[in-house]
Amino acid sequence: MYQAIVFLPLLGFLIAGAISIIGARGRNPGGMSEGHDTGHHHAPAVAGGGVIHETHHDDGHGHQEPAAWGSRPAEIVTTGLLMISAILSWVALFYVAFQGHDTRVPLMTWIAAGDLKVEWALRIDTMTAMMFVVVNSVSALVHLYSIGYMNEDPYRPRFFAYLSLFTFAMLMLVTADNLVQLFFGWEGVGLASYLLIGFWYHKPEANAAAIKAFIVNRVGDFGFALGIFAVFAMTGAVGFETVFASAKSLTGQHITIFGHAYDALTVICLLLFMGAMGKSAQFLLHTWLPDAMEGPTPVSALIHAATMVTAGVFMVARLSPLFELSPTALTFVTFIGATTAFFAATIGLVQNDIKRVVAYSTCSQLGYMFVAMGVGAYSVGMFHLFTHAAFKALLFLGSGSVIHAMHHEQDMRKMGGLRTKIPFTYWMMVIGTLALTGFPLTAGYYSKDAIIEAAAASHGHIAEYAFWLTVLAAGLTSFYSWRLIFMTFHGETRADHHTYDHVHESPPVILVPLAFLAVGASVLGFAFAGVFTHAHGVEEFFRESLFTANGWKVLEEMHHIPAWAAYIPTAMMALGFVVAWWFYISNPKLPHALAEQNPLLYQFLLNKWYFDELYDFIFVRPAKWLGRFFWKKGDVWLIDGFGPDGVSARVIDVTRRVVLLQTGYLYHYAFVMLIGVAALITWFIVKGATG
Amino acid sequence: MNLASLFFYLFSAVAIGSAFMVIASRNPVHSVLFLILTFVNAAGLFVLIGAEFLAMILVVVYVGAVAVLFLFVVMMLDVDFAELRQGFLQYLPAGAIVGLIFLVELLLVVGAWVTGPGIANAVKAPIPPASQVTNTQAIGRVLYTTYIHYFELAGIVLLVAMIGAIVLTLQHRKNVQRQNISAQNARNKKTAIEIRKVRPGQGI
Amino acid sequence: MAISLSHYLTVGAILFTLGILGIFLNRKNVIVILMSIELILLAVNINLVSFSAFLNDIVGQIYALIVLTVAAAEAAIGLAILVVFYRNCGSIAVEDINAMKG
Repeated sequence: MYQAIVFLPLLGFLIAGAISIIGARGRNPGGMSEGHDTGHHHAPAVAGGGVIHETHHDDGHGHQEPAAWGSRPAEIVTTGLLMISAILSWVALFYVAFQGHDTRVPLMTWIAAGDLKVEWALRIDTMTAMMFVVVNSVSALVHLYSIGYMNEDPYRPRFFAYLSLFTFAMLMLVTADNLVQLFFGWEGVGLASYLLIGFWYHKPEANAAAIKAFIVNRVGDFGFALGIFAVFAMTGAVGFETVFASAKSLTGQHITIFGHAYDALTVICLLLFMGAMGKSAQFLLHTWLPDAMEGPTPVSALIHAATMVTAGVFMVARLSPLFELSPTALTFVTFIGATTAFFAATIGLVQNDIKRVVAYSTCSQLGYMFVAMGVGAYSVGMFHLFTHAAFKALLFLGSGSVIHAMHHEQDMRKMGGLRTKIPFTYWMMVIGTLALTGFPLTAGYYSKDAIIEAAAASHGHIAEYAFWLTVLAAGLTSFYSWRLIFMTFHGETRADHHTYDHVHESPPVILVPLAFLAVGASVLGFAFAGVFTHAHGVEEFFRESLFTANGWKVLEEMHHIPAWAAYIPTAMMALGFVVAWWFYISNPKLPHALAEQNPLLYQFLLNKWYFDELYDFIFVRPAKWLGRFFWKKGDVWLIDGFGPDGVSARVIDVTRRVVLLQTGYLYHYAFVMLIGVAALITWFIVKGATG
Repeated sequence: MNLASLFFYLFSAVAIGSAFMVIASRNPVHSVLFLILTFVNAAGLFVLIGAEFLAMILVVVYVGAVAVLFLFVVMMLDVDFAELRQGFLQYLPAGAIVGLIFLVELLLVVGAWVTGPGIANAVKAPIPPASQVTNTQAIGRVLYTTYIHYFELAGIVLLVAMIGAIVLTLQHRKNVQRQNISAQNARNKKTAIEIRKVRPGQGI
Repeated sequence: MAISLSHYLTVGAILFTLGILGIFLNRKNVIVILMSIELILLAVNINLVSFSAFLNDIVGQIYALIVLTVAAAEAAIGLAILVVFYRNCGSIAVEDINAMKG
């Protein structure tokens, strides 16, 4: 069964991919297949801002390309396979997690080279089953949603193929039995992300965003790879069983780097966390996430809300045996998580693109998850991952429905007053917002507040720092979430008449996934709170898949924090709602006036704390300069100049001079002969004299 | 200094002087005349040595034939000597140096060589004393016997040269009529006359 | 000083050098080149005859005779070529004869 869950999406990818290739061949017989040309454009890093408009090929061109051959079969097949996989995932959840049938399914040997032995194997335990449910459910719903959302796109087979490819890679990641297989899945989702962000490769912004995502991820992956090497160097193995068993023995050992000795476990965990920072768009390696919104909305929902970005969180939880033994690394994780939560929320306050608001919200919520991981409450972090997948995907898909209704307009400044026109979408979005902000009894209430409580319960300065930042971020989250709702759905419309008149509710194939996710966002909270947030339930539920050094003490202490700390998140949520109402319903002129009075602050937030400009200055320009230098000076001047070009130029020079000797005058030749004879005689005389 | 030395120096000096004038004079006719003078003086040197046959042959062949040939060609070709002097001085330093080096080396060889010990035995055909046999006879005795092949080859060379010169320079002039004797003799009655009917008042 | 072989050889050497200088120092015309060649051959002849006299060997004079013959033949052919060249190119200035320029 587990093989089916993992490999059915792969089958879907292969079928849809084949359809896509065959269709492309049919369109361009003999030429480069358009369908597989995923854009080898090399575009510079793009700073955000500018016109926010989701353009299709048909916009502004007048003509629409016909649908690719086999679009409908590709959609049906991939969606159907994913549905089967999703249903099986729920079965697996109950079978494995609740009934305790952890197993390991070996598939085949991959690498057997000396000491390094790496297998393809599926490690099935509670965490895996949980992630199965998350990934496959969201993926299946996104597939279904895409049938409606992308129904005008001419390249659907390729899209569905990539979606299934992504799902497969993510499943490989969560079922990995060793670090190398995890890395395979890690890279696979990065690849799928690149392909999907740059799906509309005719748009240069999409290409730039795809490359940016890939490269920033690569920076993280570099750290991750170093971490894997360090693990192998210290323990001699990469399989999780072996590594976890020998983790205890690694405490106190040191790794020497550039002459300095550092604690081995800390180094390993920090390097591995670097990968998580890149993949989960944490502070410093976050710049790719907002640009990733260039991809179609289903992609944003699947990859950049529910699954790929949570791979980092999953990895930290999976490697909890290692992280628990390195307090320094955990401190760093908490710090980064809290900083990201706050920082992303501040940027989300002023963004005008509906998708970007949700993207920064994702970034912020991921920070929350890492805070939970950092204080030792791994199960709480996973709980938030679980619920966040539901309501964030709901918010993204809802935004997609809005965009679809507004005929591809994404700028919230041009929306408004849609509540009466698309009521179902409106209510779905409201449910999602309630869950996100932590309204009592919704899913977010249980998971997000649990994180804040865990931060309050932990000891140490970093936990205090995390607590205050997450509380502030909760307020900001509430504010920007309600700002989104009010700007989009309430008040007088700011859209032009033509667009506004054509606004209509989306077809059922789009709305049904929204309904499912809304149910999840509401119900998952109190249904699963017991097994995620109470120590006893966690023990039984997670068993071996999560490791704790002190027996889930933090979960116990969570219930004994002071009362004001327990209620402050709810208070912040209410505060945010009130402020948002005041800004956008009561005094709509106020935001604009406030922005004008504080231009510096406004610009700072609008331009994402100028990180793109900073990175451009620090990394991109020097890299380009270095590249140009090596090209012009190193390659052209040095190697070519002294190599082939130089040699040929010298030969031509010498020849040109030598040719001057051939004057054509006989007496010149006679002269040369005479000189030769004189030289020869001189030589003989001298030789005879000395020799 | 006895008379022989005096004549030697006289002949040598004039020979060298006129050789220099051959290459240095502006007028090519002068060059040829100085060449003749060089040859004559060389012939004098030969007489001093005792090779009088060769001296006379030098005068007859070189002066009488070759130099005259030079003169003919110089006269025939339209050589304008006025403007042909430029550039002489440009090469003078380099050329003079190389020539000087060459000369110095030759003189080194001349001054430094010693006769090998067994050279007297390597003589192929000793010259009989002049009182008994004249130089001409001495040459004749060797030339027509041991070195007959060289003699005949020299003759062939001369033949080839003669034919070559004619082949190279002969050109048929188009506007000069020549007699072709054999064609004239081969004419007979049938090909000599051709009868044409002419209409009165028309031409041919 | 008694006239020895060296004196005659010296005269020959000087004539030889003058002939060689004449070949490339002249910028005037080709006839001077041909005359310089004759000078060179004359110098060779002087050498041969001097050796013949001082070594008491008649063969030197035989060789000198042959050389003389060949020199005459070569002068004739050279002048014939010069005449034909003049007919074709109209000039015997040395600077104009550079068809071998590469």
